[in-house]
Amino acid sequence: METEILKVTHLNKFYGARQVLFDVNFTLHQGEVLTLLGPSGSGKSTLLRTLNGLEAFQAGTLTFNGQPVVADEAHWQKLRQKIGMVFQSYDLFPNLTVLENITLAPVKIQGRSAATVQAEALALLERVGLSAYAKAYPRELSGGQKQRIAIVRALALHPELMLFDEVTASLDPEMVRGVLEIIKQLSQEAAMTMIIVTHEMNFAAQIADRVLFLADGKIVEDTPGQQFFAQPQTQRAQEFLDSMDF
Amino acid sequence: MPHSGINVLFEGHNLVRLLGGLWTTVWIAALALVLGLSLGALLGALRTLKNPVLRLGLRLYLEFFRIVPTVVLLFLAYYLVPELFHVDSLPGSWMAVIAFGLWVAAEFSDIVRGALLSVPVHQRESGLALGMNRWQLFRYVLLPQALKLELPATINLATRVIKTTSLLMLISVMDVINIGQQIIEANNTTYRTGVFWVYGVIFIFYFVVDYPLSRWAQRLAAQQKV
Ligand SMILES: Nc1ncnc2c1ncn2[C@@H]1O[C@H](COP(=O)(O)OP(=O)(O)OP(=O)(O)O)[C@@H](O)[C@H]1O
Ligand SMILES: [Mg+2]
Repeated sequence: METEILKVTHLNKFYGARQVLFDVNFTLHQGEVLTLLGPSGSGKSTLLRTLNGLEAFQAGTLTFNGQPVVADEAHWQKLRQKIGMVFQSYDLFPNLTVLENITLAPVKIQGRSAATVQAEALALLERVGLSAYAKAYPRELSGGQKQRIAIVRALALHPELMLFDEVTASLDPEMVRGVLEIIKQLSQEAAMTMIIVTHEMNFAAQIADRVLFLADGKIVEDTPGQQFFAQPQTQRAQEFLDSMDF
Repeated sequence: MPHSGINVLFEGHNLVRLLGGLWTTVWIAALALVLGLSLGALLGALRTLKNPVLRLGLRLYLEFFRIVPTVVLLFLAYYLVPELFHVDSLPGSWMAVIAFGLWVAAEFSDIVRGALLSVPVHQRESGLALGMNRWQLFRYVLLPQALKLELPATINLATRVIKTTSLLMLISVMDVINIGQQIIEANNTTYRTGVFWVYGVIFIFYFVVDYPLSRWAQRLAAQQKV
């Protein structure tokens, strides 16, 4: 847990004249699981999206693997192959099969050999229990299956950091566990570094090495996971946990 | 001796001539579509870019071809272009391909633009999140999904183009209508009811070409609603 993967300093983000992130600072180490919690509208999604260049920021610096991030489109395109992201909406490409969804970017964008990528994709599908669906189209899958594929699709690029934005929020309750299970595996078996936004407090409590608690665009707490859930340091965080029935 | 009008079709090579005219109609429409759809796809993609000058220019292009009746376009191409550019070697059928092609491009650019814009934002973002550049995003995410959305409208456009080729006789292209007209005139005295039979056959020709296209478009549109 020594190598710094990501360092965020004095990050400020505006939508037009309205500021939504205020002086955000944190550091993420290799293999670490950071959970980003906070009330609706506190800026969690905005922060995640800023970390892979889907949103521009107006002040501050990002450092990825020791290199300052140059925030232009061309640099972000390269970086996004190392920073995987999975969204709340099911966003597989509807015109491609499951396998094509997974292999498209590694083959066409990273230029890796189709045979290698395909073999690897099938192995990943096996691991998430969906190898039977390689040739299926997204419309034939349940929400939970789609999200598992979306995770596999991001992993196929060999990212060094994964961002998850409420990936289970639109799922039927019985689908949630399977998806969370995969994220847990990813942390435990592959020691993947990740930032997770979630409303599943039990899951967060199990997986978080650290919790960033965000309110009104500010980091209110940056606390080790165990401690946060047992005894948050701020009133805001305590109220939040109460409101989540935790 | 009483003549049944239907015999006009079998007089000389009349039926073959009509089929030849149909072929002229079809190849002009087909080439105009190939030209127009390719150019229109490009223009439609360009119209989704933010550049205001480009957008205005392409918008004006679209409006021009929408507002000016197709007959006028044909006359413009046929009489004005050779005059302006000092070319008179191009036959009318090629002028027609160009005029129709530019018209199709204008209409299709609007279809493509609409389809591209209706691809959901999160499709675009998940492409970006996989490290795609603008071109890759267009090629692998937006275009395939837009093509599917726009197919019914494109087929409808094709049927309109085929129907509109009936104007070709106005610039002396030997399309199916023009040939039909000649046959009618040449046989006016012998077959007084010939006109019904000739136009009947032309009706069937157009129907045979256009109806399957129109049904196909309806089927696709119905499927997409589900
Ligand atoms: N595209 C946008 N344009 C303007 N304001 C935005 C935009 N996206 C988000 N905001 C605003 O920024 C603030 C942070 O929103 P964000 O979506 O990051 O919150 P969140 O913590 O992810 O909330 P939730 O838990 O509901 O997903 C909110 O006040 C929101 O209204
Ligand atoms: Mg959010």
